[in-house]
Amino acid sequence: MKTSKPYMNPYFAGIILGAVLLATIYITGRGLGASGAMKSIVLAGVETVAPEHYAETLYYKNYTASNPESPLKNWLLIEVIGVVLGTFFSGLIANRVGIAFDKGPKATNRMRIIAVILGGALFGFGSQLGRGCTSGSALSGMAVMSLGGIITMGAIFGGAYFLAYFFRKLWLR
Amino acid sequence: MGPLVPEIISSEFSFVIALIIGFGFGFALEQAGFSSTRKLVGLFYGYDFTVLKVFFTAGVTAMTGTLVLSHFGYLDLKLIYVNPTFLWSALTGGLIMGAGFIIGGFCPGTSVCAAAIGKVDGMLFVLGSLIGVLIFTEAYPLLEPLFLSGNFGNVLINESLGLSKLTFGIILVAIAVGAFMVVGFIQKLVTGQNPDYIEFGTMKMRILGALPFIILLTLVIIPDKKESIQNSIAEAKQQKKCVFKAISSDLLVYEMLQTHYKINLIDVRSPEAFKKYHLPLAINIPLDSMMGREWEDIFNQHYKKNVFYAGDDTTAKKACLLAKHIGKSTNFILTESVDEFRRLIFEPEKPEVNASKLAHDKYRFRLKSARELKALAKSLKNSNKPVKKKLKKAKGGCA
Repeated sequence: MKTSKPYMNPYFAGIILGAVLLATIYITGRGLGASGAMKSIVLAGVETVAPEHYAETLYYKNYTASNPESPLKNWLLIEVIGVVLGTFFSGLIANRVGIAFDKGPKATNRMRIIAVILGGALFGFGSQLGRGCTSGSALSGMAVMSLGGIITMGAIFGGAYFLAYFFRKLWLR
Repeated sequence: MGPLVPEIISSEFSFVIALIIGFGFGFALEQAGFSSTRKLVGLFYGYDFTVLKVFFTAGVTAMTGTLVLSHFGYLDLKLIYVNPTFLWSALTGGLIMGAGFIIGGFCPGTSVCAAAIGKVDGMLFVLGSLIGVLIFTEAYPLLEPLFLSGNFGNVLINESLGLSKLTFGIILVAIAVGAFMVVGFIQKLVTGQNPDYIEFGTMKMRILGALPFIILLTLVIIPDKKESIQNSIAEAKQQKKCVFKAISSDLLVYEMLQTHYKINLIDVRSPEAFKKYHLPLAINIPLDSMMGREWEDIFNQHYKKNVFYAGDDTTAKKACLLAKHIGKSTNFILTESVDEFRRLIFEPEKPEVNASKLAHDKYRFRLKSARELKALAKSLKNSNKPVKKKLKKAKGGCA
């Protein structure tokens, strides 16, 4: 395998990301997002597997009331499909595509597998409670100066810093 | 004027936009190194601050751009989605996400990114997120009180601090630049080696860092679009220079009775004054809300002529000038004020018996027109509601 190219200067990458976000706001009036796409997959999954349950349970009922169309017809889901394509393209030109499994130097595979699923579950849960994740709430919220977005951002990064010490075995030498 | 969806770009086509935007989003994240979990958590142990740099730069860039676009009238900030503030769910949700970040080493966007180039840990994080979302949606009845508590609405941070958008923008840029310099030192301390990259070490980077300050300070100095139009219409010179097409009350009444559907009679006084009394068939667009997007159709059409009236001559003239700035419609002012119109048409003075024939004809014309006008207004009561464009605020949010 060829060696991968170095990452872009973070400030230039930030400017590109900012320009993408600005274009999103200008064209659609909304921000970027990621966890919203996961929600629409979950909703569509529940609707397919357990339609009766879907029709009767509070959260899904609320969703159907405000979004009568299929949960898969969701702007953020399409956007995340774009993310997959854009990432793949970027990885391809930088020689970074390939099956891999990243973890901290001292973490065992088992530790990492449990932690990454648990972490994902916490993030998924928190993103629904906090009305958006790092992209939708923190980043897009900052660009439009939303108070809620900035509170969420502070809580995400504050929480992670606070807990970093306890999980150092996962990441540090 | 933005946002382009749904007025200029249809909601269906916005899905194509979503794909393109997502592509750019993913490209930027991957180029920045966000597909690597160790690079992401580096932020929390002080060995790699890429996340902070990319994140803050992106936020500042988008914010500056938004302010520039709205300043020059290209983007209506009233219509863009502002994440609502629910204090308690934002705090607890944020803390839980923070735990997820340090334990799992990703956030949803970056995990998709990692998964897309073949990182198995990224795929597992996505799987975990789906489970987490499912737990939330299933447990929602229990969580609803927390989810809905502390609702402050769509608050803007600058408003809650009592600052203008521009002032807060400048402060945010200063915080970002300050943070970039501080993390450079921290990284040096933690890793014990000189980073291969020094913050603002080159002239190019210094200029880049100063750029948002310069842009925002420039915006402070130059008046925005609304202000500059207001200034120019308030100038007495402008009002004298402009030749106003005026229409007299008698002629207006005559034209209205013949072809009322070719005239927008626009009352530019306050809604209170309008409610108290207004001319038959008039619609109310107060002078200071004329620039609202909901009225732009009226000032951009060329099927009807707009006739402005107010309580005084200057206000009507201002409205007429303003309309010229907004669109390309044909604009007239009513020669008389609203009170004069009422006296002339609805309370005409009976001429002396030996007055001229013209005076008698005029009197009879006014009596008859007043009657007909009232009848016309009555019969058109429901069909003459102003065509106010319904504005859709963008929907958004991640959750």
